[in-house]
Amino acid sequence: MNATNDYPVILEHMSKAFRVDGRLVSALEDVSLQARAQEFVTLIGPSGCGKSTLLNIICGLLEPDEGTIILHGERNAPRLGRVGYMPQRDLLLPWKRVLDNILLGPQIMGRDLAEARREALDLLPLFGLEGFENHYPATLSGGMRQRAALMRTFMCHHDIVLLDEPFGALDALTRRTMRRWLLDVWARFRQTILFVTHDVEEALFLSDRIYVFSPRPGRIILEMALDLPADRRERQAAAPEFVAYRQRLLQALGLEEG
Amino acid sequence: MAEFPVAARPSWRRRGRLALAQYLPAAALVLTLLVLWELATHLWKIQPWLLPAPSAIWKAGLAAKGLLGPHTWQTAQETLWGFLLALGVGLGLGLLIEFSPLVRYALYPLLVVSQTIPIIAIAPLLVIWLGYGIWPKIIVVGLVCFFPIVVNTADGLRSADPELIALLRTMGASEGQIFRLVRWPGALPMIFSGIKIAITYSVVGAILGEWVGASRGLGVFMLRATNSFRTDWVFASIAITAILSVCLFGLVSLAERLALRWYYAAGRGERWEELKPSRLPKATR
Ligand SMILES: Nc1ncnc2c1ncn2[C@@H]1O[C@H](COP(=O)(O)OP(=O)(O)O)[C@@H](O)[C@H]1O
Ligand SMILES: [Mg+2]
Repeated sequence: MNATNDYPVILEHMSKAFRVDGRLVSALEDVSLQARAQEFVTLIGPSGCGKSTLLNIICGLLEPDEGTIILHGERNAPRLGRVGYMPQRDLLLPWKRVLDNILLGPQIMGRDLAEARREALDLLPLFGLEGFENHYPATLSGGMRQRAALMRTFMCHHDIVLLDEPFGALDALTRRTMRRWLLDVWARFRQTILFVTHDVEEALFLSDRIYVFSPRPGRIILEMALDLPADRRERQAAAPEFVAYRQRLLQALGLEEG
Repeated sequence: MAEFPVAARPSWRRRGRLALAQYLPAAALVLTLLVLWELATHLWKIQPWLLPAPSAIWKAGLAAKGLLGPHTWQTAQETLWGFLLALGVGLGLGLLIEFSPLVRYALYPLLVVSQTIPIIAIAPLLVIWLGYGIWPKIIVVGLVCFFPIVVNTADGLRSADPELIALLRTMGASEGQIFRLVRWPGALPMIFSGIKIAITYSVVGAILGEWVGASRGLGVFMLRATNSFRTDWVFASIAITAILSVCLFGLVSLAERLALRWYYAAGRGERWEELKPSRLPKATR
């Protein structure tokens, strides 16, 4: 039991297929992975390889066809409402103001709303949303909407958080600021994060460990623990280890240049 | 996603200008038509019992104030109660249809068929069954109005974004919470569209109900005026009908604005305005 408790998330031999037009299309094949407590784990792979499907399974929206999910040492426990999940789209409720969107989790879970509101107001500056709490989402920029969605996820207070390409829809410049800022937020909350991306640099700047997926059906073709400075600010894209890791990632993804 | 500029709140002056730009053309058009009408009746010396001039209608209407008032009040009451009935039944059926597949399959086709039955044929039956009181009129108004409310409620509830629902599920939301937080607020714009269509039919529905048997109401007044060739009174009551309808529509629009602040907060209208081809720089056209 103790060994599994060090790993809040363990997936064993998971497979999932979808029925499309009467044919079974395999999305995930024999995927096994773990994430240590407070670890930042990145899943990287080409589009359509089943990354979102994997997160949907972990958060409880889907059941795998085969395999086991162990959350906090509990086998096949009910998962809905126990894992923080930020889907690819920001999915803010257009009819709720930013603050009310952020408080969606506490509201649904029936937590003390006055206290949650106080906490949210304290955290707004950290998420760069100060002064926008009473705006409707439609009047926010893409980056702000994404930060609001992330803050909504964090306000659920789960110690496992799944982030599905949170910056995928943003421009390169905004991505870069968001990356730095995500680290600041994580430094404060220190959850176990499963982070999906298709951006190699992003993976190397953020992660403790990286899983590389093959094209569909998704299989893990490389697991790479990064021996880079734990303090992300000290990670340099030009450092030799960094370059070597990037090379291996690109190679595994079949994107190697030259 | 590009970083769109954050839409600023429009100033009151700008809002006033927008409102003016919105309503001025219609007002000008109505005024022009009235003037042309007035001129035509004088120019060609049209008999008043064929087509009275607007000024004559106005005068006749003012003179018959004491008569028109109670009739209008009666019609307004029938309209309001009938509309409320339609609203209750419409929302109720819409919810039932959305939440019970059985009801959906059983009821939806019947509702569509119900709209093909001429109200003119039903209205006299209602009088036979329920007498000359207010109820047959209320029911006619209800029958005329409920359909767009049912359809828009059911379709609006159905149009909820499945991904939003999935997100709430991951937070552990119950079906009730999902309804309250996602499906109902998301359906409201469509429900209001249905209500707006319904309210425009409502006054005509009341008049139709009065037509087949009543002692009071604008419909009765119109009938009597027609029979005694008081064309000016016919037109006066038509005008009142129109004004009543527009006022009710305005009230619903106001309620919509208040209930759907988020829908209008994004400055949709202004965004459309900005995106007009004539306002874009030449190079991007
Ligand atoms: N609900 C579904 N029904 C059918 N096929 C699906 C469904 N969800 C995902 N898929 C398919 O599974 C594969 C993996 O999808 P997804 O997990 O979204 O990939 P990724 O997030 O890595 O881009 C894709 O080929 C997709 O078309
Ligand atoms: Mg995806």
